[in-house]
Amino acid sequence: MRHLLSTEDLSRSNAIRILDTAEEMAAVGEREVKKLPTLRGRTVVNLFFEDSTRTRISFEAAAKRLSADVINFAAKGSSVSKGESLKDTAQTLSAMGADAVVIRHWASGAPHRLAATDWIDAAVINAGDGTHEHPTQALLDAFTMRRHWSRLAGTPSAGADLSGMRVAIAGDVLHSRVARSNVWLLRTLGAEVTLVAPPTLLPIGVDKWPCSVSYDLDETLARGVDAMMMLRVQGERMNASFFPTTREYSRRWGFDDTRLRALDSLGLKDTIIMHPGPMNRGLEISSAAADSPRSTVLAQVRNGVSIRMAALYLLLSGDTREPAHQANSTHSTPAGHTSALVTKESH
Amino acid sequence: MVLSQADIDRALTRIAHEILESNKGSQDLVLLGIPRRGYPLAVRLAAKIAAADPTVDPAAIVGQLDVTMFRDDLSHQGMRPPYPTQLPRTGIDNKVVVLIDDVLYSGRTIRAALDAIIDLGRPRIVRLAVLIDRGHRELPIRADHVGKNLPTSSSEKVRVRLEETDTVDGVPVNEVVIEATA
Amino acid sequence: MASQQQDAGTGAYLIRGAAILGGAPEDLLIRDGIIAERGQNLPADGATVIEAAGLVALPGMVDIHTHLREPGREDAETVETGTRAAALGGYTAVHAMANSTPVADTAGVVEQVLTLGRTAGWVDVRPVGAVTVGLAGEQLAELGAMADSRARVRVFSDDGICVHDPVLMRRALEYVKAFDGVVAQHAQEPRLTAGAQMNEGEVSAVLGLTGWPAVAEESIIARDVLLAQHVGSRLHVCHVSTAGSVEIIRWAKSRGVNVTAEVTPHHLWLTDELARSYDPVYKVNPPLRTDADVQALRAALADGTIDVVGTDHAPHPSEHKECEWAQAAMGMTGLETALSVVQHTMIETGLMGWADFARVTSTAPAAIGRLEDQGRPLDAGEPANVTLVDPAARWTVDPSKMATMGRNSPFAGRELPGKVVATFFKGHPTVLDGKLNTPYRWLPENTELPGAAAAGRN
Repeated sequence: MRHLLSTEDLSRSNAIRILDTAEEMAAVGEREVKKLPTLRGRTVVNLFFEDSTRTRISFEAAAKRLSADVINFAAKGSSVSKGESLKDTAQTLSAMGADAVVIRHWASGAPHRLAATDWIDAAVINAGDGTHEHPTQALLDAFTMRRHWSRLAGTPSAGADLSGMRVAIAGDVLHSRVARSNVWLLRTLGAEVTLVAPPTLLPIGVDKWPCSVSYDLDETLARGVDAMMMLRVQGERMNASFFPTTREYSRRWGFDDTRLRALDSLGLKDTIIMHPGPMNRGLEISSAAADSPRSTVLAQVRNGVSIRMAALYLLLSGDTREPAHQANSTHSTPAGHTSALVTKESH
Repeated sequence: MVLSQADIDRALTRIAHEILESNKGSQDLVLLGIPRRGYPLAVRLAAKIAAADPTVDPAAIVGQLDVTMFRDDLSHQGMRPPYPTQLPRTGIDNKVVVLIDDVLYSGRTIRAALDAIIDLGRPRIVRLAVLIDRGHRELPIRADHVGKNLPTSSSEKVRVRLEETDTVDGVPVNEVVIEATA
Repeated sequence: MASQQQDAGTGAYLIRGAAILGGAPEDLLIRDGIIAERGQNLPADGATVIEAAGLVALPGMVDIHTHLREPGREDAETVETGTRAAALGGYTAVHAMANSTPVADTAGVVEQVLTLGRTAGWVDVRPVGAVTVGLAGEQLAELGAMADSRARVRVFSDDGICVHDPVLMRRALEYVKAFDGVVAQHAQEPRLTAGAQMNEGEVSAVLGLTGWPAVAEESIIARDVLLAQHVGSRLHVCHVSTAGSVEIIRWAKSRGVNVTAEVTPHHLWLTDELARSYDPVYKVNPPLRTDADVQALRAALADGTIDVVGTDHAPHPSEHKECEWAQAAMGMTGLETALSVVQHTMIETGLMGWADFARVTSTAPAAIGRLEDQGRPLDAGEPANVTLVDPAARWTVDPSKMATMGRNSPFAGRELPGKVVATFFKGHPTVLDGKLNTPYRWLPENTELPGAAAAGRN
């Protein structure tokens, strides 16, 4: 694994490796000394072409707990006003010696461009690209679900997947990178996914996705759901006629108090309610639901740091840029280490 | 084959007695095995210590200490998730911690282990017990208890196979072998 | 027109043993800008002999859809570089699209483009006039003035932008009847394609790129064929890209609508799966579609539903492609790969022969553009616009070695069959041995820049 660009091409073994590593990272977070020396001397750049304070500070906390140097690069440049080109920015960061680039971009595929071109020789982590993917969000969601699912089963979560878990994802699937990343990852981990949305907010071609699709949230809940994930819906969508009014949206596809009560009457006592944040309280989720004991919203935030630590650790420790070193056997002479240093300086 | 099953068992018995002797009993003892093969060795040593001193609950003095995140050679290793670190319920503050590993070589693993311990607490004493010391140290580190000193060439590979970690069909376990690397 | 031309250093050429339109080997004697003789064992009589055993002789190719970028975007392409590429690709005429800066919406601009083309001398550059002023879709440009100009414009198009206002489209179709013109429509319903990045379907759903539905193309074509029928005018549909469009055009033709249609080489081969790389070299308008569309387009070209292959050659400077997909410009180069791609997709698949190739790349586009001396049979007395092709050659596409300034070839790195060995434009070899030779020189009084023909150009 050289980059983390999407969950679509993330193998089951790599996904579970990330989740298992995150478990160990979470354990570090509970210690008195929360910092590890692992990435000392490495530079992680948070390259944000789109504002997202939450995601940025989560990556920043993760990198700092691993002792990496963190540079925050808020690149201006929207689809309206073109700033410095992605290529120039990448080459600048490369010249500064970035070992990993965490990139958030409004354009789908921008992280793939960084990874596929020779503009920069660093590990690329996709921190959300356009309406494409947000792999670390899906991984932290899966981590949260796996802890819940393993606790219910009374088995350790390490090594486990989500076989048999029923997950419903409701909201603006069309514009959601979170939904896409979750669909691929949850499939890989064996969960059964149902997307619930108004037909206008589902992409053409969704019928080929490895999940079921419903227009009816109540019917989906009635069939039984172990994790209910609500997606953020932007009120502006109303102006583009994706739905008539926010009130109508909320009534049909929002997780309101009635539906929260319905979980109890349906006997779904262990169903958790998830939201990637930031929430539109009263639109896609009611305050009572967001604040209920079923809500994992804050656990998701907490787990986000562990997942991002795991991703940074796994990408930066498996450094494929250097040719195979026989670290502990043949070349552990002083000369061998000199050459390793030289290689490092040449980056 | 350099050490047979019986050789390994005899070496561990001797180390268990040495540990008790140098500690003047089982007081405050904590055995921390370094994954992967140091941990099963620590479990075996705890059992032998308990056999010598019936007041000892072997499960209560054994833990596992992962040092992956403290290594100085991460980029050479390839992607590997860390193993869990599990300390005995009593913790390690003011304890006599004995680090257990299978092979002592450059000393870098033990260097990492010392850093890891410091982030977890403050033991009174830290000692080191290894099954094999094969020389070629790169750091000023030595073991307090050694099962066998094994002079090797750095082009050779020392492989310890234990029942707990290496139960692969057709491969003999509980032995130490030396392989020449190509 | 041959009588008007100065034949600077053209001489006579005997093409010996070429398979004419892929048929039996024959000789062609080219002299004084025309095919002087066609037959077996013609005497050389001092003519330069070109041994053409194994080569196919074709009428010079005519591109109905080329972006030469000049005037205005000389950083992307100039008439000189674009027409060099055209000659190397086997072309003897290209239709230069109107979306230059300034837009080719007046007699002045189209005459300037005509002059630039004649000054270059590599192919016949035929300007396309804009349908509406500034391509703005609001007011008809002076179509008649462009038709009456020295450029004798017959093809009108707002290419790049759809004439989406149905009333304006109706008027344009009606108006061009006055001078036997044709409206070449870029069929793209603008509201259905706001912000569109790629074909809407399975792949766009996964990639999170805004979808470009097939219906946005098909609905405009459906409307336009009905309008063309209603007003009894001539309609040309640019770069058809979907199976549904093919069905509509087939239906219209069966009803006697005077419609012609074009397909690009890239739409005959490439699919939206390539967008998975997020490499903007695959970003194009209309977008690459699905394999089912590709197969339908090939069948339609073979059965005549689609009349012509047009390259939609669209060079862009590298910075417009070395960026995020959404930021990137749409378009691909095509002049130097069209022959090979059509050979690969249509001839090597057995769907067409070389005679069909001549029809879709020369005869039909010349007829649409009303170019009298292009797309003619390779017979004695005809203008000597001839392309010699080695169908057995194979080559690997390297955009950095192309004559076009654009490096945005989606075929980069692919091995293609077929290579242009020679191109004769008005009897003059613009390409010989697969390399650029010298341009044809128009008579000085036929150019707007006096003395331009006398200036050394090589």
